[in-house]
Amino acid sequence: MRLYFRYMSILFKSQMQYRTSFWLLCAGQFFVPFTVFAGIYFLFERFGRLPGWTFHEAALCFGVIHMAFSMAECFARGFDMFSRLIVRGDFDRLLVRPRGTVVQVLGSSIEFTRFGRMLQCAVVLGIAVSGLSVQWTPAKVITLILMIAGGVIVFCGIYILGASFCFWTVQGLEVMNILTNGGREMAQYPLDIYAKWVTRFFTFVIPFGAVSYLPLLYILDRTDGPDLLYMAMPLASLLFLAPCLVAWRVGVRHYRSTGS
Amino acid sequence: MNAPISLLKMRFLTGLQYRAAAAAGMLTQLFFGLIIIMVYVAFYRYNGEAQPMMLKEVVAYVWLQQMFYALIVLWQFDGELFELITGGHIAYELCRPWRLYPIWYAKLLAARLASASLRCAPVALVVFILPEPYRMPPPSPAALLLFVLALVSGLLLVTAISMLVYISVFWTMSPVGSVLLVAVSGEFFAGMIVPVPLMPGWMQQVVHLLPFRWTVDFPFRVYTGHIGAQEAIVGIGTQWVWLAALAAAGQWLMGRALKRAVVQGG
Repeated sequence: MRLYFRYMSILFKSQMQYRTSFWLLCAGQFFVPFTVFAGIYFLFERFGRLPGWTFHEAALCFGVIHMAFSMAECFARGFDMFSRLIVRGDFDRLLVRPRGTVVQVLGSSIEFTRFGRMLQCAVVLGIAVSGLSVQWTPAKVITLILMIAGGVIVFCGIYILGASFCFWTVQGLEVMNILTNGGREMAQYPLDIYAKWVTRFFTFVIPFGAVSYLPLLYILDRTDGPDLLYMAMPLASLLFLAPCLVAWRVGVRHYRSTGS
Repeated sequence: MNAPISLLKMRFLTGLQYRAAAAAGMLTQLFFGLIIIMVYVAFYRYNGEAQPMMLKEVVAYVWLQQMFYALIVLWQFDGELFELITGGHIAYELCRPWRLYPIWYAKLLAARLASASLRCAPVALVVFILPEPYRMPPPSPAALLLFVLALVSGLLLVTAISMLVYISVFWTMSPVGSVLLVAVSGEFFAGMIVPVPLMPGWMQQVVHLLPFRWTVDFPFRVYTGHIGAQEAIVGIGTQWVWLAALAAAGQWLMGRALKRAVVQGG
């Protein structure tokens, strides 16, 4: 863990060398989800509501997922860009060092410009929370934090899985976009508006439903069943992370260098 | 005038090399299309009758958007051209015996055509046989003809807009900031995120003042017949007026930029 923070401070310093470019990118990143959110706002203004969901409830869902996505994109960038390490043969260098590969890949790249995006998501979360008539108990605040943390873990898991495939394919797989960007686009709305097969896939195979939809029901007091179960749902993301890490280990063992 | 055309052909062939990427892109596009349509289906279930666009028209709009994504999206930028400017290789480019604007224009056009031609046909095959409500409604012959015209004009127009972005790099020297802002706002004003008729009135007024909607919103609504034949013909005329204005502005700005161009690098 200490090592990771060292990586972080070094990368932060190096990115701050180009200060103007850094702030411009931050500003740009702020606007990317902003237009998407504006789109959702316009749709709600026109149609009034989604079946069963008001604007602020959907905004909460949007905020949680986008917050999780931008945090994962910021800190797990190393896995997202992993094919570069493989193509250049740089992964060999990581293998000879006496530290775990996961920490080193995580530390190989961190995108601090995604802070702009996180700021925008924080604004959306603020709008959502202020517009909802929900009694905020400590348990609900904890659930909200768990949802974001769980979301980060799910996205990281997908990145790690995608990176593991690189051991075999060398090139990054564009299909993984369906899971990351597609997953984000899909989970920004409450899951129950989709067709059954989508909902099932994204709850039981990739647990987006477990980190957004189910705990959301608890926050909005719509549960039937023990509350604790709904609260603890985001922990299912750990169940997803485990096989991804296993795939990673298998991949590392399988690794053959491409460098000369 | 032969140089731009042969360059166009070369670029097109290079683009065709990336077939695996195209297959993956196709899957992604189908998935995105399905997800977006499901969202609209949910919205229309609650309050669908009173809307300025029918669900069927929105479905067609979404699929066209996915099919011609590479053709009309502003976001597709060529890193190579940026490097030419910021890396100083622009000097070589200037030595060549041709005018820069048409050459770059042809390059950008070819890249768009190549990536779109690979993705369009397979997606089109699938979307016409999907079950309702996801199936793409077929157009009337007249609408189809006008749509093709409008789409081609829109393609020429979006390329002219992206040329302006490249030219701006002569001044800013750092592509990321300006590109991101133009791409994100342009995409929104073009109707890529929400179809223009579904936006609130004040937003529509803003959109109608800008060139972006002629590249996406207009051709797609011509396809569904949401914009009638007469209006479509007038619209295509407007597209050409915009195109002429933007291309002229681009040529002029580029001339000025090149006069004071500083070659970067040693």
